[in-house]
Amino acid sequence: MRVIQAETIKKTIYDLILKASYDIGQDVYNCVKNCAECEKSPSGKVVLNQLLENYDIAARERVAICQDTGMCVIFIDVGQDVHIEGGDFTETINDAVRAAYSDGYLRKSVVRDPLYDRVNTKDNTPAIIHTRIVPGDKIDILVTPKGFGSENMSAIKMLVPADGEAGVVKFVVDTVKNAGPNPCPPIIVGVGIGGTMEMATIMAKRMTARSIDTVNPNPKYAALEEKLLEKINKLGIGAAGIGGSTTCLKVNIETYPTHIAGMPCAINIVCHAARHAHAVI
Amino acid sequence: MENIRVNLPLDKEQLKTLRAGDTVLLSGVMYTSRDAAHKRLVACLEEGRPLPFDIKNQLIYYVGPCPASPGHAVGSAGPTTSYRMDAYTPQLLRAGLLGMMGKGKRNDKVVEAMKEVGAVYFGAVGGAAALISQRILSAEVIAYEDLGAEALHRFVVKDFPALVLIDSEGNNVYVEGPKKYAEPDTEE
Repeated sequence: MRVIQAETIKKTIYDLILKASYDIGQDVYNCVKNCAECEKSPSGKVVLNQLLENYDIAARERVAICQDTGMCVIFIDVGQDVHIEGGDFTETINDAVRAAYSDGYLRKSVVRDPLYDRVNTKDNTPAIIHTRIVPGDKIDILVTPKGFGSENMSAIKMLVPADGEAGVVKFVVDTVKNAGPNPCPPIIVGVGIGGTMEMATIMAKRMTARSIDTVNPNPKYAALEEKLLEKINKLGIGAAGIGGSTTCLKVNIETYPTHIAGMPCAINIVCHAARHAHAVI
Repeated sequence: MENIRVNLPLDKEQLKTLRAGDTVLLSGVMYTSRDAAHKRLVACLEEGRPLPFDIKNQLIYYVGPCPASPGHAVGSAGPTTSYRMDAYTPQLLRAGLLGMMGKGKRNDKVVEAMKEVGAVYFGAVGGAAALISQRILSAEVIAYEDLGAEALHRFVVKDFPALVLIDSEGNNVYVEGPKKYAEPDTEE
């Protein structure tokens, strides 16, 4: 058994939130740069170059890439041989969020009740926490602050087996088409296929944070990722939605076994400010 | 592409000359407001109470900025998605508002009201928030401080880069732009 102090977890999450908010991943930066060179629309080129300049300013001046610094989504895999001491697990995570959003001059965007009592909690808590118990004595943490321009354009559909690949393709392409400029293209599309309703959505969220330099390990799904990317970019939506050849940077798919009667399909969209940071304790 | 200079508050005669797709540089005073503040502004109009600022010829920027870090007038301040304000915008236009700035589509009722009063919908690049904040010279909360990030601010801006998304005749970049670049889907 390994003892890990709650304070260590707090410090790690604090650092990850700031890193994610200021520093875009090299994978996304390089992809936007390549797209800026290939973009067919002159206005689209201008927009993509502004995004690159924006990434540079945010990293240099330690300011948020986007003012929507999001709701803080945290995937945390806890090794079963870990014992956490010195604090409540959930409160430790929320303490980290509270401190990072205050010290880092990040926007507080959370209200305490969704419908009747929409009062800002003023510290961006609570976080959204997805915990798994895994083998080993480490804690693996993925922090992904999620803006709602793209979150609001996400969707879930309970497809049926007869819908097949064509059903998945139609749902994904239609969802992106209907979203148009709203989710701040160029976007990354996370897709979760299989499992149950909630499992599909959690996979889709996780896929918005998978490196865009990777492909699904199953060649059939890797091919589907590529096919979806091509179809989306043929829509002509373009950067900022004003027309162009760069609508989507990458489609990432994750799957899970599912029921004989179903094929849940979830789509989670993230904008070009695709913020996430990862660490292992 | 040459940028057209637009001074704020807006001039109705100049707005008539702007066309969807034009790139502009905005300079002067603008006000910020998003979901919760819009609800309050429209409640003022419906109850006959004065608005917290004179709305005539003004531009409202849909933004909830980050807090300013030391040495900055304001934190990152890119546009939020505009359709959430659609329910309130026609009433504000009829009360004197001449411009909105945000990102994303508007509904038909907003476009009709824009044509009726000669207003323009501008766009800033979503997510270019750190870049945009450098063009904001000062930011001051003038109302609804309790809303936190959604408080109503007065911004003074210089050479703020924007695009005409929907002009006063209802021409729309989001309709015309993608048409030019859409490719037929050959596989079926």
